[in-house]
Amino acid sequence: MRTRRVYTLTNYLFILPALLIFLVFGVYPFFKVFQLSVMSWDGISPEVKFVGLQNFIEVLHDRVWWASVLNAAWITFLALTIQNGVALILALLCAQNIRGGHVYRVIFYLPPVLSGIVIGLIWKWIFRYPDGILNMTLIKLGLEHLTRDWLGNPHTALNAVAIVHMWRGFGWGFVILLAGLQNIPQQIYEAARVDGANALQRFIYITVPLMIPVFVLVSILTILGSMQIYDIIAATTNGGPGYHTEVPVTRILASMQGAGRFGYACAQGLVFGAILLFVSLFQLWVSKRLKQE
Amino acid sequence: MLRENLFYRVRRYAKLSFAYIVLTTVAISCLFPLWWMFVSALKTRSTIFSDFSLWPAHPHWENFYYAWTKGGFGTYFLNSVLYTVTVVFFIVLFSSWAAYAFSRLEFPFKNFLYLLLIASMMIPIPGAFIALFVLLKMLGLINTRIGYILPQINAGLAFAIFLLRTFFDKLPRDLEDAARIDGCSRLGIWWHVVMPLARPALAVVIIFNTLMVWNEYLLALLVLQDKSKMPLTRGLMVFQGVHLIDYPLLMAGMTITVIPVILVYLLMQRHIIKGITAGALTGQ
Repeated sequence: MRTRRVYTLTNYLFILPALLIFLVFGVYPFFKVFQLSVMSWDGISPEVKFVGLQNFIEVLHDRVWWASVLNAAWITFLALTIQNGVALILALLCAQNIRGGHVYRVIFYLPPVLSGIVIGLIWKWIFRYPDGILNMTLIKLGLEHLTRDWLGNPHTALNAVAIVHMWRGFGWGFVILLAGLQNIPQQIYEAARVDGANALQRFIYITVPLMIPVFVLVSILTILGSMQIYDIIAATTNGGPGYHTEVPVTRILASMQGAGRFGYACAQGLVFGAILLFVSLFQLWVSKRLKQE
Repeated sequence: MLRENLFYRVRRYAKLSFAYIVLTTVAISCLFPLWWMFVSALKTRSTIFSDFSLWPAHPHWENFYYAWTKGGFGTYFLNSVLYTVTVVFFIVLFSSWAAYAFSRLEFPFKNFLYLLLIASMMIPIPGAFIALFVLLKMLGLINTRIGYILPQINAGLAFAIFLLRTFFDKLPRDLEDAARIDGCSRLGIWWHVVMPLARPALAVVIIFNTLMVWNEYLLALLVLQDKSKMPLTRGLMVFQGVHLIDYPLLMAGMTITVIPVILVYLLMQRHIIKGITAGALTGQ
């Protein structure tokens, strides 16, 4: 009996290192965020004041905060439509077993494995005004009226950042969508062809229904990834000009490092987390309904 | 009959060329920005704004030397290597122990702990880094290497344990039983039997965490203030903030940052692409 208990205890040793690190650096911060969110604290002084829900009420009325959420939502919308649309078209083109498909796959998945900081800096260099290669090329093409400070102009900055984000991300959607397409048994397509279904019909009645789980997965991960965009913003605009490219993560950092308001930053983080959770659950609900039909 | 055949062949040819044109255009747009970074690294501060050639007449390779020495990218590079190797090593060690225990051993609260771990992967808490910063400060780990390493080990653990446990569960137990009869301890079984069999799953864990740590920026921004401790991503941002005009060296630093990733990627791309598609399919 006793040796048995010792045996069970030593089993614990296998998970102990992982468990300790997880409890200290994962679980503790998780609960600490909730605790700090109802406090007023500058992060340094020993004075921590309980303020109840005041931080949350302030978040609800914080115009810059909601502008930053909308900015991220706009980038996310573009990523869901354009980025995933491009990814799907490319995956469909590649799925017809064309020669060299493997090479394209390797190239398209290159940007997603690179650092967001480097990618942001590369594009900042390309977008540079007035002498970056994009503006110089426009001048050479006689399109001088189109040149502008892409990242510094309030009208173009957000979309310019979104383009960088999508350039980085489409290859990831492409790879997953392509894998999904290649999982569909070819016999189904052949049977449909024998029955006289044309390419469009085959796409609508075979590809789309079978791909719905993959579409949902790609959409959820695109939303989570795009809403939490940070590295690319940090390397290109850092939220500017004005607040035109601020996103939730840059706002949380500003509350924390700039304003020294840790409690408020935590409240922002929780509101943001709730939004993300809600969106994911909504997506799962939609996909369940689609499956039932 | 023959004419019809020709029609289909022409149509098929047209369709294929369309596919190739689109795919190749996108591929070029993927590669061009990277090429432009590399070429810019070979120009000088005076030619970089006027020379728009895709390959400079006089490539200044010494820029890489200066970036490495004067620019400080040598230090940043070694820091990145140190962080990546350390974090990945401990993720592999701890997650493979834990996954082995979850898969093969019995202990109280096993299922509860496993669920907790998986839940931590699913729930997005974008504010957690604030509390993490507070914690590191409390522990006196701000501006220390260990303060940058430990949270990243945690960040990689849950997914690694999930992946490895799923893999271990599918492994046959006969070999382990044989080893046990031969008097092998649990640690011995883990090292001599399970780990060698788990190589494909371990490769996925190693590659993905290597990329994660090498590209990490936010935590480095929060934790590290000394240049001597910064990894490449953080070093790049510091460099571009201080040397506003030294674009060739900045581009050289960026190239230094991505070259190891590109090399690893090209060597391992089969595992990487298999890894994300497998991850996506289990995610369903």
